[in-house]
Amino acid sequence: MKIRNNIAVSDNGFVFNPASGESFTVNQVGLDILNMLRKGEKQEAIVQELSKKYQADTVMIERDLLDFEAMVKQYHLHQNED
Amino acid sequence: MTTKARYERPLIKKLESNMPNKFGMRTEFEPFTHIDGVSVASLMADYGSPVFVLSEQKIRNKFKAARQAFETRYPKVQFAWSYKTNYLSAVCNVFHQEGSWAEVVSGFEYDKAIRHGVDGSNIIFNGPDKTQEDLRKAITNNSLIHIDHLDELYMIQEIARETRQKPKVAIRVNMDTGIYPMWDRFGFNFENGQAWDALNKIMFSGLLDLVGLHTHIGTFMLSPNAYAIAASKLANLAQRIQQKYGHEVKYIDMGGGFSSLNTLKGAYLPGTDTNPSIDDFAEAITSALINSDYHPKSPPLLILETGRALIDEAGYLLGSVIANKRLSDGRRATILDVGVNLLFTSFWYDHKITPAQEFTSYTEDTVIYGPLCMNIDMVRENISLPLLNKGDKIVIHHVGAYNMTQWMQFITLRPNVVMIDMDGKPHLIRKNESIDSIENLEEIPPHLSHFEL
Amino acid sequence: MKTNKQKLTIAVTGLNAIDSPGPGVAVIRGLLEAKSFDCRIIGLAYESLEPGIYMHDLIEKTYHIPYPSAGIEALYNRLMQIHEKEKLDVVIPNFDAELYSFIKLSDKLKAQGIHSFLPTIEQFEARQKINLPEFGKKYDIHVPRSKAIYTTNEIYSLEQDYNWPLVIKGKYYDASLAYNMDQAKTAFNKISAKWGLPIIVQEFIHGTEYNVTGLGDGFGNTIAAVPMRKQYITDKGKAWGGITITDENALDLTSHFLKSTKWRGAFELELMKNKTGEYFLLEINPRIPAWIYLAVGVGQNIPEALTSLAMGWPTEAFKHYEAGKMFIRFAWDMIVDLSEFQQISTYGEL
Repeated sequence: MKIRNNIAVSDNGFVFNPASGESFTVNQVGLDILNMLRKGEKQEAIVQELSKKYQADTVMIERDLLDFEAMVKQYHLHQNED
Repeated sequence: MTTKARYERPLIKKLESNMPNKFGMRTEFEPFTHIDGVSVASLMADYGSPVFVLSEQKIRNKFKAARQAFETRYPKVQFAWSYKTNYLSAVCNVFHQEGSWAEVVSGFEYDKAIRHGVDGSNIIFNGPDKTQEDLRKAITNNSLIHIDHLDELYMIQEIARETRQKPKVAIRVNMDTGIYPMWDRFGFNFENGQAWDALNKIMFSGLLDLVGLHTHIGTFMLSPNAYAIAASKLANLAQRIQQKYGHEVKYIDMGGGFSSLNTLKGAYLPGTDTNPSIDDFAEAITSALINSDYHPKSPPLLILETGRALIDEAGYLLGSVIANKRLSDGRRATILDVGVNLLFTSFWYDHKITPAQEFTSYTEDTVIYGPLCMNIDMVRENISLPLLNKGDKIVIHHVGAYNMTQWMQFITLRPNVVMIDMDGKPHLIRKNESIDSIENLEEIPPHLSHFEL
Repeated sequence: MKTNKQKLTIAVTGLNAIDSPGPGVAVIRGLLEAKSFDCRIIGLAYESLEPGIYMHDLIEKTYHIPYPSAGIEALYNRLMQIHEKEKLDVVIPNFDAELYSFIKLSDKLKAQGIHSFLPTIEQFEARQKINLPEFGKKYDIHVPRSKAIYTTNEIYSLEQDYNWPLVIKGKYYDASLAYNMDQAKTAFNKISAKWGLPIIVQEFIHGTEYNVTGLGDGFGNTIAAVPMRKQYITDKGKAWGGITITDENALDLTSHFLKSTKWRGAFELELMKNKTGEYFLLEINPRIPAWIYLAVGVGQNIPEALTSLAMGWPTEAFKHYEAGKMFIRFAWDMIVDLSEFQQISTYGEL
């Protein structure tokens, strides 16, 4: 999944979608994920990266990542893949 | 090796005009990690999850404060521990050590009080269901019998006649104290004259010793003034008896019903901020009694059957997160190993829930479900909670009243109950149930003992 | 009042100057025009879009505070954080829903040097809608008949005593006029879902509505009193325009109210004069109303006098106001940079 190019993500976790005018906040793990998604990182790489940084097993991280991605989709912050 | 940061599940939250930031909705600022100096983590390691924990210190402190609230305002005060609120023997004995009598509402509770070593004359027997056998026992033991209805009154008179004993009785009076709902199913009504009729029947018969008057106006009362009204109505009855028969009742029993610090569902402000204190209730009751027209030679003993307000805050339920999930409408749901089977009071309270480990300022609106495979098993319908991971531990507060008596053995078994003593040492006071504790009571008819699949 | 001007730091809530406005911005205008002291204003907000947050010429800095439902302890902790940075002298809460918490905290705040001038908890409770009938009886003030109910069935029994329409009111907020049983039930359900039980059903008094805002010193004296008649009412029932009047009856009722209750702090009385000229007290709002700037404009700077009382300074009563002055409210669009919204949304201060 990729994040739309025009989405602005600030260092303090404020997310703004200029296309819709909606704004969001993310916590630190969410911010890490968004930044990796913006770089086009794949799911496995993100899970690996997070498990290096945080005390959590990959199963939990992967499940939370899926949920997070679903929310990102629900908020229309992703690029359509096709 | 560098230490890894604490993981918190990722969160993205839309900012809506009516949604404040982290300072707006946050209700929890600190994790709740210790009870009376004992770590929550070690309690759960030693006694499992979930586990009920009671603080002996909190019980005793609360009791002493309540007694002081009344004794500084009125000369003769007696508390009677309401067994139905929590009848674990260790709990009852803490109250008995503090000087409480026993207040029971069934033959089972009566026997329990006797087993604990309470003298029969220090047991108050309330409730609509007293069997003939219960009554005979209570009469022989000189217990205080609070009559609920006329059928009971006739039964007691019959036993008195037959055994040539003079039972010590009071009647329970229900009345309008300006609160809703009015409890009129127990006892005799004040306004329509039922109570006065019953008292006359007792006095005329000469078979019974009318020692007191009792009322119990409701539960989780938020209005001290209702108690003032109740106290003056009982004083009025006492005065009329004195006038008509020259008889003085020895005590006035105001029952229980004081609110604890829990927050009722639908309340806008938290109960810790708004609910009256024991001092408020004490002030209302004692000034109503002192200012009443009833002036016997010696003031009647004031009995209080306070349950909930004395023990709710001393009880904690520790549990763990089983899973997080997302509901079809996008709401977050968290499943705990604690459900309505253990937390019956979650049907009427919004219980305070605190994580037992570090968390950040981020929160998410969450539905809290229990572990039962049953739709109504919901602990909190909507709570703004810090982000919990699977396996995280939580503490549910103010659970000391009713949960350890109304809990259900449904689908799963009841957990350990631990009491932390005055020196901070935990003691197991009720062992968790096993499949044997349930199945040992069962019998299988021979023709049902075998099957083939 | 003091001669050498002191500089006070005053925290004010109710910055939601929207179509059903909070009084905060109007209060601040009064404070900034005070003659007896200079002040800097700290805003306290619940939501990130409260317009006052972005009015930097009125408010030096705004902080988020937790909702009342988070409890008194959470509020106190947050106020102490703010106090540490800003050294507050006075706090003026302006929402009904937060008053309980601020009243309960007032001694604790005062011990930390933060003054307030609020009704006592007994006064605050006695004027609750649910207690209004008793209040009227106790202080000999006409109030409309009303009853607190817990189920929609109880409306049927009221139907016999009261005429339609009925006013269906929430415990704290919200009111709606119901002309028949269906509307009454709908209103009951809607309001109870938001504000809980009981619901108050009040008889509707036909007549002309007057409002009086004022200030009591807690000893029964009237420090300020300005009556106003609404001239234009929005669909939310809020005054959009109003005019000061000289209504002796309304002023007499106000001074009777202050004398008999020894009211402490600011208030707004909602009065209804029926066809026969009788005055009914519909509601007592235990705080400054949103139209307070009208009172300032006609010579009674209630926010200033309230601050003075809070500081414990000798405060003289206002004797006069100009009748026949109007206020006309208007909406104003500010241009705000997203970064400001981002700042208040993520850090809780701006």
